[in-house]
Amino acid sequence: MSSISQYLTLYTDNREAINSHSSELLNSGREVAYAFLQDKQLPEKGEEGFEKTSIEEMFAPDYGLNINRINIQVDVAASFKCDVPNVTTLLGVVVNDMFVPTATLLKNIPEGVTVMSLAKAAKEMPEEVAKYFGKVAPGDNVNVALNTLLVQDGVFIKIAKGVKVERPIQIVNIFNTPAPAMAIRRVLIAAEEDSSANVLFCDHTQTPNMQYLSSEVVEVYMEANSHIDICGIEESSAQTNRYSQIFVKQTDGSQLYINSSTLLNGKTRNDFTIDISGQHCETYLTGIAIAAGEGIVDNNSNVNHLAPRSHSNQLFKYLVDDKAQGAFEGGIYVSKDAPFTEGYQSNSNILATGTARMHSKPQLLIYNDEVKCSHGASTGQLDENALFYMQQRGIPKSMARTLLMQAFMSEVIDTIPVEGIKDRMRHLVEKRLSGDYMLCGTCQSDCHKQ
Amino acid sequence: MDNNILLDIKNLHASINDKEILKGINLTIRKGEVHAVMGPNGSGKSTLSAVLTGNPAYKVTEGTVSFHGKDLLSLAPEDRSHEGLFLSFQYPVEIPGVSMVNFMRAAVNAKRKYLNQEPLSASDFLKLMRQKRAVVELDNKLASRSVNEGFSGGEKKRNEIFQMAMLEPQLSILDETDSGLDIDALRIVAEGVNKLKSEENATIVITHYQRLLDYIRPDFVHVLYKGRIVKTGGPELALELEHTGYDWIKKEYDDLY
Repeated sequence: MSSISQYLTLYTDNREAINSHSSELLNSGREVAYAFLQDKQLPEKGEEGFEKTSIEEMFAPDYGLNINRINIQVDVAASFKCDVPNVTTLLGVVVNDMFVPTATLLKNIPEGVTVMSLAKAAKEMPEEVAKYFGKVAPGDNVNVALNTLLVQDGVFIKIAKGVKVERPIQIVNIFNTPAPAMAIRRVLIAAEEDSSANVLFCDHTQTPNMQYLSSEVVEVYMEANSHIDICGIEESSAQTNRYSQIFVKQTDGSQLYINSSTLLNGKTRNDFTIDISGQHCETYLTGIAIAAGEGIVDNNSNVNHLAPRSHSNQLFKYLVDDKAQGAFEGGIYVSKDAPFTEGYQSNSNILATGTARMHSKPQLLIYNDEVKCSHGASTGQLDENALFYMQQRGIPKSMARTLLMQAFMSEVIDTIPVEGIKDRMRHLVEKRLSGDYMLCGTCQSDCHKQ
Repeated sequence: MDNNILLDIKNLHASINDKEILKGINLTIRKGEVHAVMGPNGSGKSTLSAVLTGNPAYKVTEGTVSFHGKDLLSLAPEDRSHEGLFLSFQYPVEIPGVSMVNFMRAAVNAKRKYLNQEPLSASDFLKLMRQKRAVVELDNKLASRSVNEGFSGGEKKRNEIFQMAMLEPQLSILDETDSGLDIDALRIVAEGVNKLKSEENATIVITHYQRLLDYIRPDFVHVLYKGRIVKTGGPELALELEHTGYDWIKKEYDDLY
């Protein structure tokens, strides 16, 4: 039996409660999704594109969902300080699946910028949200439909025409519940013409021994010449699983940068589907994965060139330790309507132990002769010669290993466009690799204290 | 015991992949001395430096090495370094992404920790870097780059001597430091080595050519052949080899065994 059936039952049992806590707009998609999901199941391990991760299995446990919108410890938001050096961010906190604005956000939000609860936005300005809700993510994707069926909140970000947001917008997703829980979130990011913004997502778990599932669908709509940078950092716990899907639609001249970094997790699957439907777009998709214990980090990209003269670049690096597994399936698709495309992809991985595993599968589907495309994948160990060289200079082996791993990751970190976020990433990776990630900077929260 | 003995190698045998390369090396080095080790290709010169510094690719099968009284072979490579052993690599390794500054700071402070000293402050460290850079006229730009990455052959060798200056070893092994150097770079490197020489430390110069020994005057010249030291003499031995090559040594030795 598919794990979806329990969610369908949950929905039918709680239809009224769910609908009563949500706006008409969010409710409008539920019945269609419900009908669509009847005979469906989530991808299983081994299916095309899911060679290492079973989404079925991930969704099988009976997690609690906050159907009745009970406020849980919203005050954690106040104590939470996910520090970005020298930068005051426009901070919003999502506790489990509930958006909580912060005082600084409300005070500092510039003209022409919207950062708010999706539930609230859908209630207060449904026409505005309707323009983007379900418009980029395909309704016939099983997980998107599941998200639509049960979603109650998330984040709505909109940058008005010509507005350049100086401060990074930071969304901190925190798990904190007294029982195992699942958070279903929908995030909409809409960038109007000539606008620009940086968005930082930090995923944390405050109760490390509790089982969690984070299920997130992000829809990004980029109008002409808009510029969006998205950095996502997952630093959760070995008991936190995550399925995140990002769908982006780029139009003429838009510039997209995405960095997705998994530093601490249980099982993580991230999908990136980027439709480049305009000319002269730039797309950078980058990621870091540090997989340890028995964790899994699985990234899957589909960069679809649907219009001529755009440029895409993918760079993913993994460090796989212990008995962990890494997977990267990276796709570049160039349609026959997309001549003069440049599309590149690179994936390199280090296996730190003999029991760590990496699965790397680059895929190029090119239906056009006028293109420049390349891909490269490599998996290996730390450079023994470099290790010995460092030891000869007196650097203890463990430190030498840490320095080499950091160096390996620096190629990706260096691509992060915002200096403050780049510094923070460098710092977090350094801490993670040297083993004292328990204390994340100046943060007052107790997410990693066991 | 002779207090001036820095390194004492006795009957050292070592192999790689079960192939024996060193077949009984005996060598004693005292403070203040410069020893040249010469010999034809494949005689085991680089193996000797690798074994002394603890390269895990090599296995010591017999013999002892004492370094100012300590059992060198029982120490981890980093501790051999802390005890004052330095190798100028024949092929310095490029480490993309690790800056020279971070690399050097890690090395210097690890040694200080080993010696129960406080780590250097940032400003003291940078001052030390500046000071030691001058020894080999190493450009500041190189010091801010990744370790050896994109350095020319000459720059890499100068960088080795710079690191040697930073770490102030008691015994330095220069493994073909002259290879790939033009005359000017050779002079700068050799002068650097000479500046660092004192009554308290010693140097092993591994080389194929007399050329380097014009600059760094050896007290002893050893000829290594088939994993053994087959001949030892003064500086004149290097000159003789420059003229005659190794054939007569090979002949003499091959007849002997």
